Amino acid sequence: MAWKFAADAPIYLQTAEIIRLRILTGDYPPGTYIPSVRELAQEAAVNPNTMQKALATLESTGLLTTHRNTGRQVTESQDLIRMLRIEQARAYVQSCRQQLVTLGFSSEEITSLFSHWSGESTLKKE
Amino acid sequence: MDSFKHPVLQCRGLNKSYGRHHVIKDLDLELSPGRIVGLVGPNGAGKTTLIKLICSLLTAQSGQILIGGHPVGAGSKALVSYLPERTYLADWMKVADALELFADFYADFDREKALDMLARLSVDPKARFKTLSKGTREKVQLVLVMSRKALLYVLDEPIGGVDPAARDYILSTILTNYNEEGTILISTHLISDVETVLDEAIFLKDGQIVLHKSVDEIRQEEGKSVDELFREVFKC
Repeated sequence: MAWKFAADAPIYLQTAEIIRLRILTGDYPPGTYIPSVRELAQEAAVNPNTMQKALATLESTGLLTTHRNTGRQVTESQDLIRMLRIEQARAYVQSCRQQLVTLGFSSEEITSLFSHWSGESTLKKE
Repeated sequence: MDSFKHPVLQCRGLNKSYGRHHVIKDLDLELSPGRIVGLVGPNGAGKTTLIKLICSLLTAQSGQILIGGHPVGAGSKALVSYLPERTYLADWMKVADALELFADFYADFDREKALDMLARLSVDPKARFKTLSKGTREKVQLVLVMSRKALLYVLDEPIGGVDPAARDYILSTILTNYNEEGTILISTHLISDVETVLDEAIFLKDGQIVLHKSVDEIRQEEGKSVDELFREVFKC
């Protein structure tokens, strides 16, 4: 299944974002090696040059490191991953809050909506 | 291999007319190695004419085309692997005959690779072309073209007449099988289908190049996909 891309942003950035999330969610655990550029390009149905560029941007943030012969390794730093997960959570909350503000909810209402429905969804699962 | 020091393709001041109909107008183009390039434009823009000039099937009235630094001509056919719009393989032929034909014609043809790809498609080499569906024929033709180790692959509408699943197969074949020193030029109307596999896009309009940029540059600068930009530039 080819990956889905939005029309308004460069493909390499969207590709990098998908791989970043795989690292943050633990699909690619800390210290493990990710698949090769070719394999990933094949899976995503993107140009290998694009995938290369995407991985390079992740290297520049320290999330991946390249080893000459063995490929690309996810950072072993749990701290870095934890920090990035918190940043990601903040981005999700902010974007959700923004949408609720657009819908006309106040700050206090939004907080109570969050506690109300997060409780409900746990109940349903059980 | 001094070819790799030169751009894969250079066109300079290219002109082509059919009678009084001026199809390619003073066209300049340069492609570097290892790129996948989309050639897009509305019907009648001159895509197929440009491709035929590059493949030395037509002769330009003026201007120059160099393939890996060599002028186009009989010699350059060894460097260019061409997938025409329509198949030229005869109905009575078996798939294995077509492999023979390619092995005879092209020193860079890798028969093992072709057989391997055919096996993955579950195409029997003993099958005759007349027994194959249109889509399967197109796939076989693509397998033949991509099994050469060429400097430049020129694919004229490779995904035109096939179903979406076959389209995915064809695109992944293109992605996995090109050699990294080579460049692939794909002409197509179906931009949104190929956009993610392209490095660069060339917009051809009335025989001239109106835009030649990397896909990500287009998305970054315009904030829209190549497909959307195409619809804007070529709005009827």
